[in-house]
Formats: sequence, C-alpha cells, structure tokens
Amino acid sequence: MARASIPTKAAPRRRSFNSDRLWSLVVLLPSAVLLAIFVYGFILRSGYLSLTDWGNDPAQALSLTPVIKFTGLSNYSNLFGGLLDSRFRQDLVSTLFFTAFFIVACLGLGLGLAMLLDRNPKGEGLWRTIFLFPMSLSFIVTGTIWRWMLQPAGGVNALFGLDPDRHAWLTSNASIWRFDWNKLPLITAVVVALVLLGVASRARQSGNRTQMWVAIACAALLVLWAFTLGNSVKMTPVPEYHGFNLAFIGIIIAAVWQMSGYTMALYLAGLRGIPDELREAARVDGANEWGIYRHVIFPLLAPITLSAMIILGHISLKIFDLVYAMTSLNNLNTEVPALLMYITAFQGNQFAKGAAIGMVLLILVAAVIVPYLASQFRRSDRS
Amino acid sequence: MTTTATTPRPEVTAPRRPDLSRILVYLALLVAALFFLVPVYLLIVTALKTPDAIGLDTTWRLPSVWNWASFSEAWSKVSGGLRNSIILAISATALSALLGSLNGYALSKWKFRGADLLFALMLFGMFIPYQAVLIPLFQFIKSIGLYGSIGGLILAHVVYGLPITTLIFRNYYSEVPDALVEAALIDGAGFWGIYRRVIFPLSVPGFVVVVIWQFTQVWNEFLFGVTLANPSSQPITAALAQLSGGQAVSWNLPMAGAILTAIPTLLVYIVLGRYFVRGLLAGSVKG
Repeated sequence: MARASIPTKAAPRRRSFNSDRLWSLVVLLPSAVLLAIFVYGFILRSGYLSLTDWGNDPAQALSLTPVIKFTGLSNYSNLFGGLLDSRFRQDLVSTLFFTAFFIVACLGLGLGLAMLLDRNPKGEGLWRTIFLFPMSLSFIVTGTIWRWMLQPAGGVNALFGLDPDRHAWLTSNASIWRFDWNKLPLITAVVVALVLLGVASRARQSGNRTQMWVAIACAALLVLWAFTLGNSVKMTPVPEYHGFNLAFIGIIIAAVWQMSGYTMALYLAGLRGIPDELREAARVDGANEWGIYRHVIFPLLAPITLSAMIILGHISLKIFDLVYAMTSLNNLNTEVPALLMYITAFQGNQFAKGAAIGMVLLILVAAVIVPYLASQFRRSDRS
Repeated sequence: MTTTATTPRPEVTAPRRPDLSRILVYLALLVAALFFLVPVYLLIVTALKTPDAIGLDTTWRLPSVWNWASFSEAWSKVSGGLRNSIILAISATALSALLGSLNGYALSKWKFRGADLLFALMLFGMFIPYQAVLIPLFQFIKSIGLYGSIGGLILAHVVYGLPITTLIFRNYYSEVPDALVEAALIDGAGFWGIYRRVIFPLSVPGFVVVVIWQFTQVWNEFLFGVTLANPSSQPITAALAQLSGGQAVSWNLPMAGAILTAIPTLLVYIVLGRYFVRGLLAGSVKG
C-alpha cells in the first residue's frame, strides 16, 4: 500500500511538511510524554527502588524523608533464595500453574464452543450472548459470585451433594506435583535443552546442518552443566517444596467462566473467515468432517491460538482482583505475586521488596509480550 | 459482524444423517449454557433471600419470602462508589477516547519515520502489570496533591487507557482510504481541517467501540481503586470488595451488591454487544 501511494503523496508532503506534519507531532507529544513518564519512567524508578532498602526497616518506611540505601540485588536474592521469602516462591510457582491450566481450559472450551456455533444452530446470537456475557463483568463481580458458589455451604457443594467439611474449594491446603526449589536450575536446564532439541530437529528438516549441530551441542552442554555443577547449586539453605495448590482449582474455574467467551469470539471470527471453498475442496478430495478439521481448519487457526495464548497469558500472570475477591488477602494457599506485591508494599510498607516483586512480574509479562509485539510489527512492515 | 454467513451452509449435508449430530450439538450447547447461567440464577435467588434462609439445603431453592431489602441495604453501602464510578468512567473514557482519536489520526494518516516504533512503545503500556509502576505512580499522584481524590484515578485511567484507544483508532483510520485525505489536501485543507471535516465525521463507529470498551474497562478496574483512592473517592468495585470481604457475611448482601455493580456494563453489553465484541477483538492487536 505504501509503495503504491508514494508518487501521489510526494507533492502534498512537501507542501505540508512545515505546519501539518508539525501538528501531527504536536498532537502525539502529550500522549508520548505521558506514557514515557508513566510507563518507562515509572518502570525505571521501580527498578531503582527495588535495588534499595526502602521500607525494610519499618521505622524508615513511613518517614516523610526516608533514608534510602542502595543495596544492590539483595531484595532479589532474598526473594529467590532467602529463608524468609518462601511465600514469594510458592506464589511464583502457583501463578505458573494457574496460567498453564487457565490457558489450556480457555482454549479448549473456547474452541469447542466456536465449533458448535460454526454449525449454525438456531438462535446463534442468543448462545453467543450467553457465552460472552461474563466478559463484561468485573473480576470483582465474578469473584464475588464464585466465592459464594464455592463456599462450604455454597452452590457447588449443594448441587453435587458434597460434604462441606471435605470439600473446602478455596481453602484447601493440599498440593500436588511438588518439587524441591533447589532443583530449579536442573529443571530449567532440562526444559531449555528440550526446546533446543526441538530447534535442532527443525533445523534438520530444513537442511541447516550447522544450526542443528550448534543446537545439539548447546543442549548437551546445558544437560552436562545441570547434572554436575548445576546440581550442587543450592538456592535455599534447606530443601523447600512447592507444588500446585488445589485451592486454585476454584479460581481457575471462575477465571475460565469469565474469559473463555473471549477465545470463543476469537475462534469464531477465525472460523467464519475460512472460505467455504476450502472445505468443499477437502470434501471433494475425500476428507471426512474430522479430516477437514485436522488438515484444513486447525492449521489455519494456529495464529489465533498463539494470539489468544499471549493475551490470556499476560492477563493471568498479573491477575490480582479475581483472587482478592474470591479469597481475600489472608489466604496463603491461593496467593499470587501480584497480590503479594500489594500486600508487601501497600499493607506492609516494604516498598523496596514490593518494587522487586513488581519487577519480577514485569519481566514475566514482558517475556511473553515483547516478542509478540515485535513479530506483529515485523509482519505489518512486510505487508 | 460475524452474522453474515448464517444461512447458506448447512442444507447441503442435512438430509443424509439428519438428526443425531444436530441433537448432540444442541445438547452440548445446553450443557455449556448451564455452566454460564447457573451462577446467575444463584446470584439472583441468593440476593432475594433473607440471611437466615441461606443454607446448604436451601441454596438452590427459590426464596420463600422475597427479601428486596437486601438491595436497599447493599445500595446504601455501594451507592457512594457508584457515583464515583460514574464520574470516573465518563470523564476518563471521554478524555482517553478523544486523545486516542487524535493519536490514531496522526499515526495512520501522517506517518513519519519512527511512527511504528513510537506506536509499539506506546502499546507496551497496555500490557505491563501495573504492579511494576504502582509505587512511583502512588508517589507521583501524592506529590501533585491528587492522592485520595477522583482526579488521581482519572489521570491514571486516562494515561493507561491511551494505548488501547490509540490502537483501536489507528486500526480504524487505516481502513479510511488515503485518497480521501489526499483529495482534501489538494482542496487546501490542513491537519485540523482534514480531522474536522473528513476524519471526525467518519469516526462515529470507532468512537462507539472505543467508548464502550474503555467505559467497561474503567468501570471494572480495581487495583488503582484500592491504591490511589480513599474510601470517599473509591469506585464501586472497591466498595463491593469491602462489602463481601468481611468474615461473617450474610451472602444476600454481596450478591445484591454484585448485581448493582454489574448492571451498567451488562446493559452496555446486551444493548451494544456487537461493538463490545469488536473492541474485544481489537484488543488482540492484529496490527
């Protein structure tokens, strides 16, 4: 589009360069300055605060002119390895489990509903309205409703005739898939090595032998490191076990109730965008319904799945209000880092530690979002 | 927007094995609808019960005595927040929509070198966890004397709403043909003339999407509400959280409060759902 319009644009551009182009910059300036301060400036400031001791001494926390000392990475090393901060590590593990289940459930349910609606049932608009309406609610409203549903004497236990004493949905402290936090370097290295092996096999398919061997060598080195030196790295002084807290099941159900309509809308828009000719052609080639989905439709939906995973992933990594509304501030079994940050900074006045937790959250979310934004813009440049 | 393709497809395969698969489709839809609607049933009947009629064996029954008093009692607890939320949502939405429209116009019709990079840097603000900026934001709002007032909340919502409103308008305006802008240029219109006479009159559907989306977002927000406001300036979400947060809650109250909190955005969704969904899909970038 840009290439075709260059000749026609050249004349007006010269004429308008001075005033009109200037106006467009003037218009953008306030927003750019505000976002530069409120996003990037504040992130830098949080980053600096996270390297200090502000509030670690309660006497300084509330003083009008606090004495703030630079302490380097001590807040971070405490969060990831200090004896007192195992609560943060559990929250971090919880949020990763929560994110994984939340994404898988939303994608599955959303795709299922979209496939049903794509078969043109009667009253399609009504069905769609029903599946989407929770999206318009606040997480606080959703949390309040589901808090009641999952109370010992609440709707779910009453519906299925469950014993309220044995089914403490939101307060259960049982956890599964526990692992020693000290094994984290080992686990990380093995996961990264597996990803590298995947890269290697793709390189082999595309005939890039150098890339294949480099990836294999890196994977081998990582595994070697993990089982020798890495295995003797001790993050915490004593073994420390973290796992998936079963109390999160209720929160996952509520979150899926609210957000699966979103994936349904995405998938439905995608399905409606697939031309009928493609299905017809596959049918003529002898594919059955399932074959059409597997070989024609699902591959075309892959980019939508990726978008949805990224949007849902960043929502769930920073989820705060839903958990707040469902289990309040004092339930350790369902705590997440976003909530811990609020408690640490705004209730405990430990601002430096709160800032450090905020930065960890930012890094998690950025790891998901930045590659996505970059790829989106590379694609829009090409078109 | 997705309703155009409803009729033509099914008749082709219908006659062969007619009904079993159709029945299964409806059965599955019905089960799914129950999952989404049952909490609503429970919400309403619980809100209408007296506290002592709420218990494990009566949970699912309709109330024997209809207790409308829950609503007036909940109203007295959340109406202050409701007023704050109305002021907050309307002013923050209007300001960020207007700025977003101008930004989108400048970014799509007056592209300069680095415009895409600037846009990407702005978009990042839409995704950051607010916990990463909350402490400096709190300090800043305090230092300019807006802490504890609705003004501070409005400022925060306008600024952090800019990325999404700019995104939606930029995408919307890039569908407006450049030829229109060029024709107006040749006719002697400038930056503002084109905005006023060409772009703005075409923007109504864009504004509808942005206003609905932004209103819903601001109305439903909670984190800023509990950190930047004090009780007298808190939005309704914070009031509701307080209503249901206590230890010995009688559940009719938070349920009635939840209904009161949900009504405005629910109405918007039911009346203008099409535009709501459009905003929803725009939020997934698709640059």
